[in-house]
Amino acid sequence: MKALAARRHDRRAPVVLLLLALLLTGALYAVLAPTSADAAAPTATADQVELGEKLFQANCATCHGPDATGTDEYPSLVGVGAASVDFQVGTGRMPAQMNGPQVQAKPVQFDEEQIAALAAYVASLGPGPSVPTAEQVDPALGDPASGQSLFRTNCAMCHNAVGAGGALTQGKYAPNLWSTSPTHVYEAMVTGPQSMPVFNDATLTPDEKRDIIAFLELQGDGSPGGIDLGSLGPVSEGLWAWVVGMGLLIGAAVWIGARSS
Amino acid sequence: MSTTTSAPSRGARAAAGTADYLDQRTGIGTAVKEFARKIFPDHWSFLLGEIALYSFITLLISGVFLTMFFVPSMTEVHYHGPWPALDGVEMSEAFASTLRLSFEVSGGLLMRQIHHWAALIFVASIVTHMMRVFFTGAFRKPREINWLVGFILLILSLAAGFSGYSLPDDVLSGNGLRITDGVVRSIPIIGSYLSYFIFGGEFPGHDIIPRLFTVHILLVPGLILALIALHLFLVVLHKHTQYPGSGRTNANVVGYPLFPIYVAKAGGYFFIVFGIIALMGATMSINPVWNYGPYDPSPVSAGAQPDWYMLFLEGSLRLMPGGGTEFVIGGDNGFTVSLNVLVPAVVVPGVLFMLLALYPFVEAWATGDKREHHVLDRPRNRPFRTAFGSALLMAFFILVLAGSNDLIATHFHLSINDITWVFRILFFVGPWATFVITKRICLALQRKDRELVLHGHETGQIVRFASGEYIEVHKPLDAHERWLRVQHDAVRPLEIEPAEDSRGVRRPGYRKDRLRQRVSRMFYEDRVEPVTPAELESAHAHGGGDHDSLGSVHQEHAQVGASAPAGEPAPTGGGSRLVAPVDETGDDVRKK
Repeated sequence: MKALAARRHDRRAPVVLLLLALLLTGALYAVLAPTSADAAAPTATADQVELGEKLFQANCATCHGPDATGTDEYPSLVGVGAASVDFQVGTGRMPAQMNGPQVQAKPVQFDEEQIAALAAYVASLGPGPSVPTAEQVDPALGDPASGQSLFRTNCAMCHNAVGAGGALTQGKYAPNLWSTSPTHVYEAMVTGPQSMPVFNDATLTPDEKRDIIAFLELQGDGSPGGIDLGSLGPVSEGLWAWVVGMGLLIGAAVWIGARSS
Repeated sequence: MSTTTSAPSRGARAAAGTADYLDQRTGIGTAVKEFARKIFPDHWSFLLGEIALYSFITLLISGVFLTMFFVPSMTEVHYHGPWPALDGVEMSEAFASTLRLSFEVSGGLLMRQIHHWAALIFVASIVTHMMRVFFTGAFRKPREINWLVGFILLILSLAAGFSGYSLPDDVLSGNGLRITDGVVRSIPIIGSYLSYFIFGGEFPGHDIIPRLFTVHILLVPGLILALIALHLFLVVLHKHTQYPGSGRTNANVVGYPLFPIYVAKAGGYFFIVFGIIALMGATMSINPVWNYGPYDPSPVSAGAQPDWYMLFLEGSLRLMPGGGTEFVIGGDNGFTVSLNVLVPAVVVPGVLFMLLALYPFVEAWATGDKREHHVLDRPRNRPFRTAFGSALLMAFFILVLAGSNDLIATHFHLSINDITWVFRILFFVGPWATFVITKRICLALQRKDRELVLHGHETGQIVRFASGEYIEVHKPLDAHERWLRVQHDAVRPLEIEPAEDSRGVRRPGYRKDRLRQRVSRMFYEDRVEPVTPAELESAHAHGGGDHDSLGSVHQEHAQVGASAPAGEPAPTGGGSRLVAPVDETGDDVRKK
């Protein structure tokens, strides 16, 4: 026992143990963590990549650099994946129109083929999340009830309870989600554009993402109660109570109070 | 009514028989006769209080319907119903019954929405009515108590609204309750005990919804009903105030009898109020609780705000900086004092509401006025009051905007941080600027009145005399127009007795008087006094012969003077002030 105790006091033991622990953690992570590599672009042809590279050089390289590794102010695109390109270019955010607190959505600048080519080129630079399949984003296959409770705990604090949008700091904002396509919603969750955090498959499984899409699909088509007033909550209700309600009532009072003669 | 005709119809005979039956047993005929002949003055702004009354009746009717289906219980259930996004979700029975009420009970959603819109209109109309009463000085003696009754009604309406929108147990209302819990806890020393007392233990517990239900459907409406009865009783007792005008004095009421004019007008207005609220309930979605989902203390969604009448509190909390405002009193195991909640949620609203409640008493004290007032002020004639009321409203308005800062940010593409800083500064600067500007506008309007009385309307006609002189023709005001502009008192700051009497002995109570004088000066130092008959006379004498040669001012003035004897109770309201322009206000105090 004494010998054992003496050996345990070797000065290098903590360092060795720490290294072993780190190695173990790393190995476990490599085994258990969701790999984004398995979602690498499935069918990118060489032609597509070539066309994508040309488009990239003409439209994106000014900011992101000729080899897409980024510049001082703008991010590298190596490893952002096809999903990121499809989201950013597919919603018109990229190419960016101007500097500002946040890059805003605008009319899309490229057609679908060009977007796919750009995505293929960026995906070829390094592994990243790919564009989801139609089945992955089919609202009909999701459960909106599960989607609402997930949305409430993960998304509503920025995007409002039903995705009408909300304010962030310093002029940034979480946009309205009612007209965002299911694919783009999915891509935003896996890539985390701008201020949005990444919701990877460990945070929200692909099925849960589809549930959220199913919930969002039900929003923005009016309310059972009538005009939805923007679904912005009590502030817009109060505004309309004053404008419509008190406006009409005071108008009626003036009419009644007016002398009949 | 038709009993005097020769051949009364069957219906008329039946009505007469019933009326007679009731009269013989209750003596109701006297009351009906009294009320039917009661005179009310006519003005649209006197109907604002009626909006509150009628929306309250609408609340009672729709509320009774809601209680038939709402279950005030926090028992956990699983909802199964037609709304897909909540099917199978665990929630409280209160929330599940609200969903059932909305989606399964016939007319349930309509009733819910009518109830909620009526609640917003109820508080809005109380505020509007209060603004009318404040700016026209209707709170002056003998109506100070009724002002307080109305003020308590305002507070009760806030309590009714708050307890009501917390009932469905959705995320948004739960957020509101959590803020309430925080506000209660911020009260030093007793806060945490109070919170446990209110929630029956740690927030949220299982007691709060049943307790709020009792408060919302029994306690608060009962108190509101009782106080409305008192409020209306006092209106009948004091008689209604009237706007100034020729023939209107403190001793009369000029208007129409209650029956049939106001029975028809007020009765009709009830249907208009109910109709507009019902129309809003039928077409505009309000409080869609299915969007928010069942309450759970963890999530807060963007755009989480209370109903508009609580928004000032939200804004106050949003404006208050958080850092460095918490400290502990009473040693290591003492009590946390959280100024970042206490100041915005307790102190600021407390001060603003106290100013509102006590203003009539402060004004009476500063004016030294012990007379009864039944003729209203034109807001311009009381610049301090009008400016003070506008400043108070501005403070509330800025807090309301601050409570909506996130929506302002998204809708106008602004930075929420900048907006918050702007409102922080505006909260202090805005009311002050409003006060100064409003006061100046009031004084300017009074000067314009003086100008009109002294020189008449500009006609735009230029006349050249044979001598070559040009004059502009002014059309003198008629007696009614002039009376409206000169009928009010010139209120001057109080004069007080000197600090020492003739033998150099210090007078007790001097310091108190001096304070009162200072306040009085603040109220009335800047003023524009109404035109006196002497001024009018001299204005006409000076150049009047030239300027107004086309009019007949002297003659009219003589008529006005002749019609009013110099006694205090002017019988026609026609110009006693013009005859005897003594400074009456505050006389009793100064002569004391």
